[in-house]
Amino acid sequence: MLKETPSQTAGPYVHIGLTPNFADITGIFPEDAGKSLVNDKTLGERITVKGRIIDGQGTAIKDAVVEIWQADHQGLYNSPSEPRGQADTNFAGWGRCATDMQTGEYRFETIKPGRVPFADGRLQAPHASLWIVARGINIGLQTRLYFEDEVEANGQDPVLSRIEHKARADTLIARKEGDSYIFDVCLQGENETVFFDI
Amino acid sequence: MKTTPLANRAPETGAFFTRDRNWHPPAFAPGYKSTVFRAPQKPLIAFPNTLSETTGPAFGHDMLGPLDHDLIHNFARAGESAIGERIIVHGKVLDERGKPVPGVLVEVWQANAGGRYRHKKEGYIAPLDPNFGGCGRVITDAEGHYAFRSIRPGPYPWPNGPNDWRPAHIHLSIFGVGFVQRLITQLYFEGDPLIPHCPILNTIADEKAVAQLVAHLDMQNSEPMDSLAYRFDIVVRGRRSTPFENRMEGN
Repeated sequence: MLKETPSQTAGPYVHIGLTPNFADITGIFPEDAGKSLVNDKTLGERITVKGRIIDGQGTAIKDAVVEIWQADHQGLYNSPSEPRGQADTNFAGWGRCATDMQTGEYRFETIKPGRVPFADGRLQAPHASLWIVARGINIGLQTRLYFEDEVEANGQDPVLSRIEHKARADTLIARKEGDSYIFDVCLQGENETVFFDI
Repeated sequence: MKTTPLANRAPETGAFFTRDRNWHPPAFAPGYKSTVFRAPQKPLIAFPNTLSETTGPAFGHDMLGPLDHDLIHNFARAGESAIGERIIVHGKVLDERGKPVPGVLVEVWQANAGGRYRHKKEGYIAPLDPNFGGCGRVITDAEGHYAFRSIRPGPYPWPNGPNDWRPAHIHLSIFGVGFVQRLITQLYFEGDPLIPHCPILNTIADEKAVAQLVAHLDMQNSEPMDSLAYRFDIVVRGRRSTPFENRMEGN
């Protein structure tokens, strides 16, 4: 057995590698990878997911990169490892966004995901997986975003129900505001977001 | 985005081996000051892998431009090239079972030969190289092999302690085939005297883990009168087999 390569911080200049056009390094890649999840043929309900990554001093961090991974409107993943069928070919399922250098906000234009089974076959509530890296984060943080307006599905979700403290489970619920969902991630403190070891 | 055909074998769908978090650096590591307000303090919560974890995005070779893997030339003006000691970095992406991982994206970024990044917030006094952008990307071939060409980055000082320097390093971001294999790491160079002094590397407890981050000089694959080669293999998480076909969600 080999050991996994140890993680190292993405450092302060992660944009150079992952979103070079955003960092004004232009002319190498025509467009930053993961810039858009949808096109005009994507099926499903259009939504915006946005928020900030907040550090232990209450400050939104401006040097992070957030990646999102989610199922299509039917709950299928656009991945070679998806065994159940072909996902919507007009939906990437994966997106990447640097937090804004002034406001610290990240933002994804996407669709509401369908439901995906848990390991035992029960359905999970609609959710997106998020992965967060930045200076000072030694190993990428894995979390999930659920939707405020899926009360019944959230109540049955096997991951949310695994979280003993109800207040902590609420850190995974994005707040609805018009057709946007607001999902702030707190790295520390009273409202520290639930992060996963998966 | 297109999916990449994985030769003649069916894609694997099983759950991943548990991550050994004692091998990785801990989230909270005060010697590296930026972790102090950015490290989660509550325990991580575990649950079995679902399709959300065992699936991941795939990238086609058609996303790559002809110079994406050549940092010496991909930002340089016509006829010019980045300044510095020319290197080739190559290796394999393997999983913990030792199996090559084909068709996965590896993105790289680094400082220039003087140790300066092309970034508006970079504060180091070393000069910018007008012909060096500092980023590139490759996709592993059918045997899991990747290679890129660059210049050896310089070491640089940073405001952590009063006299802290980073050893020369290249950042690598690696996709596997499942989203939980996502990994960012840094490659260091064999023999660099700054390695034992690095506050970031010193957050790793096991010296064998540090050794795994050091690329080795590879004279056999160096190009005479052109570039030195360094070998760096990358290991991503292993995947359990799926012995029960009726359990499509994995086991």
